[in-house]
Amino acid sequence: MKYIDLIHMREKRVPPKREGRPPHATSHSLPKTATGIRGLDEITVGGFPRGRTTLLCGAVGCGKTLFGMEFLIRGATEYNEPGVCLSFDETGQELAVNVASLGFDLNDLAARKMIAIDHIYIERSQIEETGEYDLEGLFLRLGHAVDSTQAKRVLLDSLETLFAGIANESILRAELRRLFRWLKDRGLTALVTAERGENSLTRHGIEEYISDCVILLDHRVTEAVTTRRLRVVKYRGSSHGTNEYPFLIDTDGISVLPLTSLELNQGALDKRVSAGITALDSMLGGEGYFRGSSILLSGTPGTGKTSLGAHFVEAACARGERCVFFSFEESAPQILRNMRSIGVNLGQWVDKGLLRFQAARPSTFGLEMHLVIMHKLIAEFNPSIVVVDPLNALLHAGAEFEAQSMVLRLVDFLKSKGITALMTSLAHESAPTEQSDVEISSIVDTWISLRDIERSGERNRGLYVLKARGLAHSNQIREYVITDKGIQFRDVYLGADMLTGSARIAQEAKDATAMLVAAEETQRRKSIQELRSKVVESQIAVLQLELESEEHEMRRLTEQDEIMTRKLIDDQRVMQKSRAALPDLSPKSAKKGSSRK
Amino acid sequence: MITKPQPANVLEGSVEVWNLRLYVAGQTAKSLLAFANLKRICEEHLQGQYNIEVIDLVQQPQLAKGDQILALPTLVRKLPEPIRKIIGDLSNTDRVLVGLDLRSKG
Repeated sequence: MKYIDLIHMREKRVPPKREGRPPHATSHSLPKTATGIRGLDEITVGGFPRGRTTLLCGAVGCGKTLFGMEFLIRGATEYNEPGVCLSFDETGQELAVNVASLGFDLNDLAARKMIAIDHIYIERSQIEETGEYDLEGLFLRLGHAVDSTQAKRVLLDSLETLFAGIANESILRAELRRLFRWLKDRGLTALVTAERGENSLTRHGIEEYISDCVILLDHRVTEAVTTRRLRVVKYRGSSHGTNEYPFLIDTDGISVLPLTSLELNQGALDKRVSAGITALDSMLGGEGYFRGSSILLSGTPGTGKTSLGAHFVEAACARGERCVFFSFEESAPQILRNMRSIGVNLGQWVDKGLLRFQAARPSTFGLEMHLVIMHKLIAEFNPSIVVVDPLNALLHAGAEFEAQSMVLRLVDFLKSKGITALMTSLAHESAPTEQSDVEISSIVDTWISLRDIERSGERNRGLYVLKARGLAHSNQIREYVITDKGIQFRDVYLGADMLTGSARIAQEAKDATAMLVAAEETQRRKSIQELRSKVVESQIAVLQLELESEEHEMRRLTEQDEIMTRKLIDDQRVMQKSRAALPDLSPKSAKKGSSRK
Repeated sequence: MITKPQPANVLEGSVEVWNLRLYVAGQTAKSLLAFANLKRICEEHLQGQYNIEVIDLVQQPQLAKGDQILALPTLVRKLPEPIRKIIGDLSNTDRVLVGLDLRSKG
């Protein structure tokens, strides 16, 4: 790889990593030299102590030499600090070949006097010791290399070889003491590697001479998966992460992963992001998830976890956002095909460069490797949404505690980047739904549980929001169906019981019949009532008629009476007339007549 | 072809030339002592058939690489081959002679 490529590669990965961190962090009084190794500067809060010597110890195959070489190379390429490597084990050419596998061109750096490599080789059998001597030659060689490159960094790999080459240990120890003094006096930031001892940090007790910073590398195999780990044993005058941090050596060099973020200070975004399904958005207070939050979709097999994730991704891509889909069970073409079958066409977004799939079997590498691949891809692709499907596949790639801490680190990492993370988790049917496989319920912000509901000979799917921090969410269990047009939510069922599938349809039909019956009943009652009032009305009419005829009779009788009366009077008058021989018919005469009586 | 060096006082026809190189760091007491010791031993055992080259690494540090010099003073027997190295101030004459193969170890 040519230097240009190196620069290119560096530019690709540097910006997200070094935000706001100057090359030499001076947050404390102790000046530091950034190593440039991913993650290590975070753990050591800025790097190695500047102008002092750091001891790097570890067993065979831990990557001590690569670690040291990366320290030098990053110094030379990223911080413009030339370096010198005194190699006691490997020749310059061997080293060049070794680091070429990490994409570094050591020969080019050496040609540009950015790095000087001096291979120091001692063949004990060739050497006879007579009388007094010292290791001034080592000093002179180192001094010469430092002077010729204006080096700021020094790697001694590994000093312990000297113990094999030089018989007089007391001289050697005195000279080592002098060497570290010398390095300090010259203001060189040095890294010394040493082999791990049985009961001590180093086999020959080099740690006695180095008191400023000691880093221990470890190499462990758990359940057939190897994990390299790093621990800062001591760091005088500085705070540092004290945990064991996994680290990886891959084609881009070494990456150390802070186990958990050292600080819990992620910002909280008020913005919302649609879940991709309107009904689900409305269950989450109308607008979907919080942006930058972590969402867990847990559910039994076949409940449509991936499909829900695909909807989420589809909606995001349609808005022009970038997404990364980490799949641990299906390959990218499989997902594309399967999602096409429910009408979600993710292929178009892949083509447009908005969606990236990363599919790998969980057991392919250790957990840390997965995490690093994720970190790298996220740093490179800069997505706003990440889907991990399924999360608990990773469980089988490592021990439980590690899986948990890994998920924690992933969630923290995504949160710190403001990325909305949707993770699916397979729940076992026997286990209670409220217990997710990965005990991460406390760190996710929104937890949606998908469950299948078995009743009356069929299996239907229901969804409910188990928790949603900061969101007014629905308490409903909503039934949904997976159709060829995607996931569709059934209307909110208002009945007393949660019914799904055909049971629900039957119940709805039943309800409809009941409604119909009720309506008819009302109609019937209504007509009866009408009839009744008609009867009453007709009764009223009859009474009215009776009343009228009564009145009529009354009138007739009255008239009759009048007629009778009048006739009586007339008759009397006739009688009177006839009796009084009628002088006149006047009442006067009548009166006279009567006065005669 | 490696020939067993003959004792120095048994000089015959073929004179073997000994090229010796003494690496030192400056004109220190140790350097001077080493040189004096070397001179004495050579005069005693290799009279007339040796060259001593003194290299001061303070002056020429780049030369340390070639002979893989670490300890100082170091005497390197360049010729006859094989190369032998003796480190120290050469004050133990017996060991110097063993180291230079001027006397068998037994």
